[in-house]
Amino acid sequence: MCAFKQPLTLRKTLLGLAVAGTLGATQAQAGDVEVLHWWTSGGEARAANVLKELVEEEGHHWEDFAVAGGGGETAMTVLKSRAMSGNPPSAAQIKGPEIQEWGDLGLLGSLDDVAESEGWDEKLPGVVANVMKHDGQYVAVPVNVHRVNWLWANPEVLEEAGVALPTTLDEMFAAGEAIREAGYVPLAHGGQAWQDATVFETVLLATAGNDFYRRTMVDLDPEALGSEQMIEALENFKRMRELMDDGMSGRDWNIATSMVISGKAAMQLMGDWAKGEFTAAGLEPGKDYLCAPAPGTEHSFTFNIDSLAMFRVSEEADQEAQHTLARLVLEPEFQKTFNLAKGSIPARPDLDMSEFDQCAQKSLEDFQRTADEGGLVPSMAHGMAVRSDVQGAIFDVVTNFFNSPDMSAEQAAQRMVSAAQAVM
Amino acid sequence: MSTVTTSTRPVDAAPGRTAAARLQAWLPRLVLSPSIAISLFFVYGFMLWTFILSLTSSRMLPSYEFVGFAQYARLMENERWWVAATNLGIFGGLFVIICLGLGLLLAILLDQRIRQEGALRTIYLYPMALSFIVTGVVWKWLLNPGLGIQAMVRGWGFESFTFDWLIDPKMSIYTLVIAAVWQASGFVMALFLAGLRGIDDSIIKAAQLDGAGLPRIYWRVVIPCLRPVVFSAVMILSHIAIKSFDLVVALTGGGPGYSSDLPATFMYTHAFTRAQIGLGSASAMLMLGGVLAILIPYLYSELRSRKHG
Repeated sequence: MCAFKQPLTLRKTLLGLAVAGTLGATQAQAGDVEVLHWWTSGGEARAANVLKELVEEEGHHWEDFAVAGGGGETAMTVLKSRAMSGNPPSAAQIKGPEIQEWGDLGLLGSLDDVAESEGWDEKLPGVVANVMKHDGQYVAVPVNVHRVNWLWANPEVLEEAGVALPTTLDEMFAAGEAIREAGYVPLAHGGQAWQDATVFETVLLATAGNDFYRRTMVDLDPEALGSEQMIEALENFKRMRELMDDGMSGRDWNIATSMVISGKAAMQLMGDWAKGEFTAAGLEPGKDYLCAPAPGTEHSFTFNIDSLAMFRVSEEADQEAQHTLARLVLEPEFQKTFNLAKGSIPARPDLDMSEFDQCAQKSLEDFQRTADEGGLVPSMAHGMAVRSDVQGAIFDVVTNFFNSPDMSAEQAAQRMVSAAQAVM
Repeated sequence: MSTVTTSTRPVDAAPGRTAAARLQAWLPRLVLSPSIAISLFFVYGFMLWTFILSLTSSRMLPSYEFVGFAQYARLMENERWWVAATNLGIFGGLFVIICLGLGLLLAILLDQRIRQEGALRTIYLYPMALSFIVTGVVWKWLLNPGLGIQAMVRGWGFESFTFDWLIDPKMSIYTLVIAAVWQASGFVMALFLAGLRGIDDSIIKAAQLDGAGLPRIYWRVVIPCLRPVVFSAVMILSHIAIKSFDLVVALTGGGPGYSSDLPATFMYTHAFTRAQIGLGSASAMLMLGGVLAILIPYLYSELRSRKHG
């Protein structure tokens, strides 16, 4: 109580005693940490619970704020209204360029203390660390790394059609014909804008390579967007449609995955969260299902990183709880449990991967290799490359082109140019 | 207790009961005022706020950097907005007209003193009890070419039968009309049936005496008598049409592409998922303008003619 230098009133003394009493009882400052997330499906929810237990072991109180639905759309709406009323949660699942937007609003708190004592700069790959920083300061902590450009396949169907797993786009189209003749759907797909965009960015990478991808999908270079290469990529993308079935309209991605599992369809282009569906069906990678880099994108790794951004909190105890959370997220125990459940790979490449399956091991290997070669690119379809309004404008062009029978690739490229210019 | 307070209201009660009388006079206002205040704030206040936001450059969160009508100009250049607006015209027009026609026909047929009328009425009315989400999902399955009607008819042996509106960007908006009409026409039928029952039998008998045939009686006597019902039905149906959101989300998801987008889904997408609150607000204001443009002339003409008639 020696901290009080001024004469004390009776009330202040009593308050001081009360505070001292609580401190004495718990030994450490117990803070609240409220976490907004949408990890609500079975495995994810269990994994989030591990984090909760870890935080509570450290003596802090975890207030769960899970908002299900719409790939986080609902959660973001809730977050915005909370932030507007001046009462944001202490941590929220925010990713990619959106971290920068929240940072620009001045709402995020710095995590540099934790980052320094834990050595994040050494543990995290540069590309990942950059996404987590705003104005050179860490404001978010990565939870996992998803790879988007995967091809999933059912080996029995491929064998029956007499084709091997395609490694280039041409092989893919050829294999598609053979599979169709054998009576299967070559490529399972769901007709939703983000799924169309997922296939598009993969085809774009396969057609035009990493540098062109960066020029178009990250820098939005109008010249590249309207170029011949873009038109070629769009034409290839449209050809993919011939490999799909009629019933795809509005189909969810996991229904498309279950078509591959049940042997109705041969392949699917989808991020590594699809693995969760295969695992849940009791299948083994390499034996019951195959995973490979999407055709023609062996030297690329489109990443989709989930992260927890930390909002500025005023109470010291709560800040301590928040920093504890940030530290725990990157510790091996949570990274392992969470990523085993989610199908992704840990954000820290230095972890022991022996418990992970061969798809995840391959993913990590490619992650490190492409990081060295310069093939590590942000996924446009999953909000890692551009702001959400630009992403939306690109989605509109891509999905409209993909679905409309009479729009030419030249027109689509031209619309992409004007969409990019409209937001510049 | 003195009654010196100046009051314009003549107080004719005994001095002892003044307070009670005054309370009684104020009571309706007191009771109504919270709800009036709430609707003023939450409906009209937020309308005003939306209008203010539509004049700003707000993106992810509301900001108050005013840019004049720039958001409206952007909206006018936005191709997706025009698709949504055209779709609303097609959907709203067809939905209201088909519902009115079908509802009137069903009501007239049910009004022929048939057996089991109550049961039939319930069957037709029942879809209205479902939420649009349920309707949307069921019709999504029915219209899915690989699963629903097309697959069934092909299963019967008609191999060339095609009914793939759901995946055809040019036709997808009509699938919304089908589902919405299925849901709402029974309700319109119930409205018309109530109206038909309210028509004085003597008018019809008089027309019969004058030698008018049945179609002529309906066309010249009964249907004109139903004008107030048409008024209510159009009001309700156009509301349903303009705010349609859940049906689109459940049935087509706005697709294929964004070919079946409606202004409500456009507004939601831009304001809430694409961080363009300014643009979303501008589209919301145009929707409001659209509603007013339809309803005010109609309300005006209906209410005026009723007063005079």
